[in-house]
Amino acid sequence: MALIDLANPTRFLRLAHRALPWLFEITAAVFAVGLYLAYAAPDDYQQGATVKIMFIHVPSAWLGMFGWGLMSVAALGTLVWRHPLADVAAKAAAPIGAAFTFLCLVTGSLWGRPMWGTYWVWDARLTSVLILFLMYLGVIALWRTVEDPSRAARAAAILTLVGAINLPIIKFSVDWWNTLHQPASVIKLGGPSIYPTILIPLLVMALAFTLLFITLHVAAMGNEILRRRVRSLMLVQAQAAPGSSE
Amino acid sequence: MNLGPHASFIIAAYAVAVLVVAGLILWVEFDNRAQRQRLKKLQAQGVTRRSDKST
Repeated sequence: MALIDLANPTRFLRLAHRALPWLFEITAAVFAVGLYLAYAAPDDYQQGATVKIMFIHVPSAWLGMFGWGLMSVAALGTLVWRHPLADVAAKAAAPIGAAFTFLCLVTGSLWGRPMWGTYWVWDARLTSVLILFLMYLGVIALWRTVEDPSRAARAAAILTLVGAINLPIIKFSVDWWNTLHQPASVIKLGGPSIYPTILIPLLVMALAFTLLFITLHVAAMGNEILRRRVRSLMLVQAQAAPGSSE
Repeated sequence: MNLGPHASFIIAAYAVAVLVVAGLILWVEFDNRAQRQRLKKLQAQGVTRRSDKST
């Protein structure tokens, strides 16, 4: 089946209905393995057991950025190709991306207090992630403000593409500025600088969180398609009502 | 398992993660139920889309 076939919302709903139980079960299984590995992982020689916070903090940070990246691709789909499911994908991704960015900020704060001696500093990495969270809230507000989904989609797509400038700023903030946040230790030139006993649980947890994101996103896209169907039926009902112009 | 002197921070981080993930799952599930219920109600009232009428 070609990817373009998925552009049909009815076909997407049918496929999503079939795929979701599998996705849910695979996600739960990978989470079980990841959590066991995280539990069994040794303490860090400097950070002690607080390194276990990394197994949820780092995947959340990646997915907060992944969500905006996905919305940016969908925004191009809305503005350039007018793909029927592009704005559905963008709208469904926003609350999930916002939730993971929130989780990244809170767990980072809880990790920072014992390690840095403070919950928060206005350094470039922390501030740029906070801006990402605020941008998510802005896009969600925009979707809710404009009633017509296709008009809201175009406005949200422009805002999303402008906001995508923040993604490289988040990634390279630790290199460009002097930050309290540590530099990259997994995705960097020369390979990861984390020992495998900690790196492997981190990667498994990242896979589990990514599968969770995909599962929730497919489910949320299905809900958005249903919401648009309800809206179009309500419009039909309103037009058929006595006293309407048609 | 000994989480050391900073156990409360580790437990709090995992607790927040559980709450956020549970919140997302519940949001998706309740939203799905709400949309299906609204759709069913409209269809029970005989409201159909133009594309449904043409088929």
